[in-house]
Amino acid sequence: MTFAEKILAKYAGEKTVTPGQIVTVQPDHLLMHDNAAPIISKIQPELKEYGIYSKDLPVIVLDHVIPAAAEKNALQHKQIREFVKAYKIKYFFDVGYGICHQIVIEKGLALPGTLLLGSDSHTCSYGAVGAFSSGIDRTEAAALLLTGETWLKVPQSIKITLKGHLESGVSAKDVILSIIGDVSAAGADYCSVEFHGSVSQFSVEERFTMANMGVEMGAKNAVFPVDAVTMQYLSSIGIPKSKYKPMNPDADATYERELTYNLATIGPVVAVPHGVDKVKPIKEVEGIGIQQCLLGTCTNGRLSDLKIAAKILKGKKVHQNVRLLVLPASRKIYLDAVQEGYIKTFLEAGGTVLPPGCGPCLGAHQGVLAPGERCLSTSNRNFKGRMGCNEAEIYLASPATVALSAVVGKITDPRKVVRK
Amino acid sequence: MLFPGKYTYTCSTAEEIRPHLLEDLDPSFAKNVQEGDFIFAGKNFGCGSSREQPVLGLKAVGIVAVVAGSFARIFYRSSINQGLLLIECPEAVKAYTQGDKVWLDVEKGTISVGSSTFSFPKLPKEILAIRDAGGLLPYTREKLRQKKK
Repeated sequence: MTFAEKILAKYAGEKTVTPGQIVTVQPDHLLMHDNAAPIISKIQPELKEYGIYSKDLPVIVLDHVIPAAAEKNALQHKQIREFVKAYKIKYFFDVGYGICHQIVIEKGLALPGTLLLGSDSHTCSYGAVGAFSSGIDRTEAAALLLTGETWLKVPQSIKITLKGHLESGVSAKDVILSIIGDVSAAGADYCSVEFHGSVSQFSVEERFTMANMGVEMGAKNAVFPVDAVTMQYLSSIGIPKSKYKPMNPDADATYERELTYNLATIGPVVAVPHGVDKVKPIKEVEGIGIQQCLLGTCTNGRLSDLKIAAKILKGKKVHQNVRLLVLPASRKIYLDAVQEGYIKTFLEAGGTVLPPGCGPCLGAHQGVLAPGERCLSTSNRNFKGRMGCNEAEIYLASPATVALSAVVGKITDPRKVVRK
Repeated sequence: MLFPGKYTYTCSTAEEIRPHLLEDLDPSFAKNVQEGDFIFAGKNFGCGSSREQPVLGLKAVGIVAVVAGSFARIFYRSSINQGLLLIECPEAVKAYTQGDKVWLDVEKGTISVGSSTFSFPKLPKEILAIRDAGGLLPYTREKLRQKKK
């Protein structure tokens, strides 16, 4: 069986399942963020009558519009805090902890072989640690809060085998963008994507970047095998091996499609407006002028991403035509980056460090673009209007590409400065 | 975009959503759409975030069904949960020209566009049960009521 088949069979209490089959499952956690407010407002009478299914099920992280940009956001945050108190929700992370997906991983709420659903499309990120996780909508989250269960269709699976090693200056972000460019934004619709092959070269942070973007090719979930790298990461956040049971796909599993990539042939790439699958080798877009750079987000806001960027920015100045926004994915990462001196480097270079949240990535606040402007971002989406302005353009790239381009003022190949 | 992200946290009811529905794609959509209309669309319709405003909006303006080559996963689930019909049938999309009469038979799994009829995979019974209840929340309410008995 594939990973998806194995885990859904386990949670459905069946020996085997087949793609297309509908199963009823009880997830280990249900993730919500600022949208917990509209979710609970849908079910006020039911909440009063039946209560919630379990106080351990929900994980609520305030991250989308933090600190509140307007009274409406502030009110929603307040409603959520009152809900958390009234129902004694165990896992609540108020404004400032960080971006929900980072918090779920950092706090050890996603573990190998567990199943999580969340009312955010990038919930697929937890495949980085071998969990099955997928995004759902607000109505479904509301029903889950009440009943603790929902239906899932057993997906077909796609096996992506990664071979060889990356050249320096090329990152996990370039790999996943290249794959999305090939597969297309709809190419993995409804499918479970499994990464195989030489994955031990990718840290959990890099796996996070790749699993996070699984949804950008339409995938239901994207998952890495649980190996020594995963176990070492989990042990570093205080989770011993005895606390989880890895679940890896069988060697004889049946896949809908199998793709193989030679990592040595992948170079830096950029997704151009207005689609994540409009991926071009960097030489085709080099020299395009930019006015804003966004470094961070749930896709690339971890310490190793900030380290790569800080190395490039050390002793340099951001180009006078460019605003560099830095968005660490969590308070912990922010603090670590302060201790490592990366934050000092960003500030000295002329960057602006934002509170750990989602802000500019979805165009909510803190970095909305103006008509005619171009932003080069390490985030995961470049849809028209995504950063709050329809007449602006968003280009997606790796932290190294964004950092060097911020200095040059134009999209620039990071291999020009990055040496191992 | 079906629904601009900048309104995510300012619009959540059908009335608030309606004027902005598909506004980036076709600014006249909200004005021209009529109850009983179908939407014909290409591949991966509804791709992107997990917001359900577009589904609520499409239902509120009276769209009977969206017929597309394929749908993005979360949008697909979202539509089932709101009781909006989604028909995956690329052949019908190809055959359609604006103004064609459209006839849909959910039980048989067929859709007629002009003079041609196409079949599409029938929806599983678990999913039809949610639709028949009027969406996931009414379905859940009934389930909770049964449990309490």
